[in-house]
Amino acid sequence: MSEAPETEPPMRKGVGSDSERIRKTPLLGQALRRPELGALSGVVLIYAVFFAVARSSGMFSVEGIINILSVSAEIGIIAAATTLLMIAGEFDLSIGSMIGFAGIVIGLGTTEYHLPLTVSVLVALVGCGAIGAANGYLTVKTRLPSFIVTLASMFILRGLAISVTRYIAGYTQISKITETDPDSAMISLFGGHVGQGFFQWMATVGWIGAKANGMPLVEGLPASILWWIGLTACATWVLLRTRFGNWIFAVGGDEVAARNVGVPVNRVKIILFSLTAVSAVLFAATQISEVGSADTLRGTQKEFDAIIAVVIGGTLLTGGYGSAIGALLGALIYGTVQIGILYTGIDSDLFKVFLGLMVLMAVLFNNYVRRRATRER
Amino acid sequence: MQPVIELRGVHKSFGTVVALQDVNFAVHAGEVHCLLGDNGAGKSTLIKILAGVHGPSRGEYLIDGDPVELASPRQALDKGIGTVYQDLAMIPLLSITRNFFLGREPKKGWGPFARFDIGRADQVVVNELAEIGIDVRDPGQAVGTLSGGERQCLAIARAVHFGARVLILDEPTSALGVHQAAIVLKYVAQARNRGLGVIFISHNIHHAYAVADRFTLLNRGKSKGTFQRSEITRDEVLHVMAGGEDLQRVEMEINRLGERRPVSG
Repeated sequence: MSEAPETEPPMRKGVGSDSERIRKTPLLGQALRRPELGALSGVVLIYAVFFAVARSSGMFSVEGIINILSVSAEIGIIAAATTLLMIAGEFDLSIGSMIGFAGIVIGLGTTEYHLPLTVSVLVALVGCGAIGAANGYLTVKTRLPSFIVTLASMFILRGLAISVTRYIAGYTQISKITETDPDSAMISLFGGHVGQGFFQWMATVGWIGAKANGMPLVEGLPASILWWIGLTACATWVLLRTRFGNWIFAVGGDEVAARNVGVPVNRVKIILFSLTAVSAVLFAATQISEVGSADTLRGTQKEFDAIIAVVIGGTLLTGGYGSAIGALLGALIYGTVQIGILYTGIDSDLFKVFLGLMVLMAVLFNNYVRRRATRER
Repeated sequence: MQPVIELRGVHKSFGTVVALQDVNFAVHAGEVHCLLGDNGAGKSTLIKILAGVHGPSRGEYLIDGDPVELASPRQALDKGIGTVYQDLAMIPLLSITRNFFLGREPKKGWGPFARFDIGRADQVVVNELAEIGIDVRDPGQAVGTLSGGERQCLAIARAVHFGARVLILDEPTSALGVHQAAIVLKYVAQARNRGLGVIFISHNIHHAYAVADRFTLLNRGKSKGTFQRSEITRDEVLHVMAGGEDLQRVEMEINRLGERRPVSG
């Protein structure tokens, strides 16, 4: 039997933790810990620049702002899902092709198979969600980088979309989708406008431009903007307030450690791949509801736009750290610059140059923030 | 007094490699039992048997006097055997609270609206850490900001909080400096005083001697015996650990090398 343990001096609170040397984390330090700080300062900076350069150009009119938000919303919808996937440490390069594929599923379903638009959208949601899950399953089972797996599905989906559409419909474009089922609830759900009375009133008062017949130039707040904000809110809630959110961070932070404490790593990843695909369907549905047609080439390179928005939003490429609000701000920067540059008279081809520089700056800034956030204090 | 966990005549072989041979080992509540041995002595295999990762090839494993066959580490955990591995299973970018409760998050709310009760979790973490003398400024700060010793203590506190009666600590001080190691050793002693059985794996005799009540020395898969601290001196432990005369011979050879070296101004 063991000898009696020696009596230890009672431990003083804070012994060994160097607490006497630590002050309360200063406010700036706390702000620096937030992943979206970089994107927020980016937004402020960009708006300051555009305000100085293009104040009187109409960019800041209601029409201009709605325009900016509509472009941002498209990217933002897929960025909200992409940010979750990237925090979990994975990529999805097939989002763009998925948008095109979902578009033709909805389009062919409605025009060729005479399904109600609602049913076509549901078919696309289930089908693409399953393809997304397959992306995830392949990634976790083969242990290949998701970059490679989804690069493959990017080509497969695009090729399938083009060949199937040409085989069935004879063209690579499907028009008159909304006209086939004009009363569908889907059209107002994805392509409707909110606050039409308010916009009408603004037109009457003269705050926003009106057409000759007295109708406002901007009908209302496009539904896509609400989808964007709604999805971002959901993603934020999941990340910060649910167990699943905690698992997402853990899976991206250290997969092995997460598995050791019982996190179902594979399940988390497969669900996130599936959600990313679903966000591509939502993107396609808003586009079809707004313009009424689908094209097999829709969504080309949107995967990069989404990744750019997410990275500008402060999510680490290596996973484990990031925010959906950051992705919203990243999408806002994307939309603002793309539209704003048209108002400034600067060569709009420079948009991509600017975007590239922005990504570079964001990554450097994010790395600095991460080092700060995890430095021993 | 009955040991909490006990191994009797345990053998373990992997194919033709014999990792453990006829090893007896027991831990009582309220004692620190130190497992010492050089690399390859079989320490890891022994821990893995205790933690439920491997089953013994021959021999008995008893918990509270009853023979058991553990199929997984999860089962060991359910029986109150908590293992803190060297890599700690901590995620540096994640906050202290989120790490502490990872995989076992407290929930509030209902159905699809059930959410991670962070407020309660924060409170638990602050209390648990204050109890062991770590004063966290903010449970929302990343684990990466903690010192190595604090991180180790956090991992141990997590195991204790989730019901461990026996702690298996795999080299908890090996990567730490003197000051940080002291923090961990104090906490180990404190856990022992609270009635936990602790298995402390180390090859640092100074750390082991500071907290251990008993030592078991392993050498090439065989137990060289179990000793009370009062029965054996530091030097004797070191002597057995290093395999007897080996160290003396090495020392003599080194001295001889030293004599031959020309003395420089």
